[in-house]
Amino acid sequence: MSAIEYAAADGMALVEAVRGGRARAREICERTLARIAARDAAINAFTRVRTEQALADADRVDATIAAGRDPGPLAGMPFAVKNLFDVAGLTTLAGSKINASRPPAARDAFTVAAIRRAGGVLVGALNMDEYAYGFTTENSHYGPTRNPHDPTRVAGGSSGGSGAAVSAGLVPLALGSDTNGSIRVPAALCGVFGLKPTYGRLSRTGSALFAASLDHVGPLGRSVRDVAATYDVMQGPDPSDPVSAGRPVEACLPRLGEGIGGLRIAVLDSHFAKGGEPEAFAAVAQVAAALGVSRRTTIPEAARARAAAMVITSAEGATLHLADLRARAEDFDPLTRDRFLAGALVPATWYLQAQRFRSWYRAQVTAVFREVDVLLAPTTPCPAPRIGQERMMLDGVEVLTRPNLGVFTQPLSFGGLPILSVRVTTSAALALGVPIIAAPFREDHVLRVGALLEAKGAAAAAIAA
Amino acid sequence: MTDSSRSDLEAHVDAAAKLLALPIAPAHRPGVVLYMGVIAAAAALVMEFPLADEVEAAPVFAPAPVEP
Repeated sequence: MSAIEYAAADGMALVEAVRGGRARAREICERTLARIAARDAAINAFTRVRTEQALADADRVDATIAAGRDPGPLAGMPFAVKNLFDVAGLTTLAGSKINASRPPAARDAFTVAAIRRAGGVLVGALNMDEYAYGFTTENSHYGPTRNPHDPTRVAGGSSGGSGAAVSAGLVPLALGSDTNGSIRVPAALCGVFGLKPTYGRLSRTGSALFAASLDHVGPLGRSVRDVAATYDVMQGPDPSDPVSAGRPVEACLPRLGEGIGGLRIAVLDSHFAKGGEPEAFAAVAQVAAALGVSRRTTIPEAARARAAAMVITSAEGATLHLADLRARAEDFDPLTRDRFLAGALVPATWYLQAQRFRSWYRAQVTAVFREVDVLLAPTTPCPAPRIGQERMMLDGVEVLTRPNLGVFTQPLSFGGLPILSVRVTTSAALALGVPIIAAPFREDHVLRVGALLEAKGAAAAAIAA
Repeated sequence: MTDSSRSDLEAHVDAAAKLLALPIAPAHRPGVVLYMGVIAAAAALVMEFPLADEVEAAPVFAPAPVEP
């Protein structure tokens, strides 16, 4: 059969082997399931493994090929999803104990269905912070997800199971969601690629909402092409999602090799150049050097944008869960409960002023992107903290660990911008990420820059041995 | 509320929770007050920022046309 170097293969290498007749999807699926069985107990990324269903899906891919039909652009690629995505036949937990008593989902989420139609083989559901309200995946109901590079440390969150599953080499691709940084933080801390597309670019139908004004979904992957290929098949308008941008598919995979000629790139200053550990800024400098970038620029009022995102998140998240907060607050995770309760009490004036500020801020961000095409910053202010660590030192100041992991991600998702967090290649044991940020709907720009960094060896996923 | 002292926060939490019929167990109240303070500090940054009257909130409500 095949000579696949599984340890080195990204998802698209597996797809090419399947499509080229050098491997069967079933063989890849069996190896994936075996690796999950052997390794997941140590990191706790999965909350559910679909053994029989995944093998049946893989067999269908093989049968399609045997019949001479096209098995799809992701044929045989194993993937898993944060457990807030609907998967037909599974109960959508969204990291909660409360939702565990709900009936199984009747159909797959829009994005899950798109990947499966493209030949992807769904192997399971992944751990997360309860209702996506966190940056660490220290889930009190299902246990913390551990960082595959150091199991005493967090995987980041809220899509921590997604980051850990990819960086442990369990799957090449996982779906996550991002409201304030929940794809980018775990991608950075686990050392993989994570794409938060433009707000409204990918449908959220069938994925549990957290704070709808800010909720995005997107892929975390082992290579830029894995992320791009998966992003491409998930695009397309969806009338069921009220914020779906309604844009046609704009494929990025074919454009990855175009390089960065003509792109104006700058490093973000001000808010994004302070309040972090030196290695976070060193990572940005390393990427800037690899791209030959010395220009710097500023997004005005980024700290205020973070504050506004926090107000909106608090109020929208609490409103969504108000009935359960009234009836069964004890069943919430202690790490989210008090924050949800407080969010229910936010005055409408605070919330609406934060939404008005967002319009003002959008105009500032638009002005920045008239001058540049791509921005760089740190993804997180530090590498992965220890599990249970309440406080940490940032730039000589003691701060709360959990909320401050999002200090650099929140102002950018507040602007709805497409962002690819890349893991910067270093010899350090703990991973760090740098977000490649572009103007709305220019996912092609962030993926092209990411692909160039990957080709130069300046960015690469760190897969735990 | 933008210059919230702890007693202001406690008074707001108690009154707003009552109005909202949201029971807050004694064991949870200190945490709720703590996070109300965190949100209030964030809200203070937002509220102090001057915005022109014509700046509308970002969400756009789109009426759904009824197909015959």
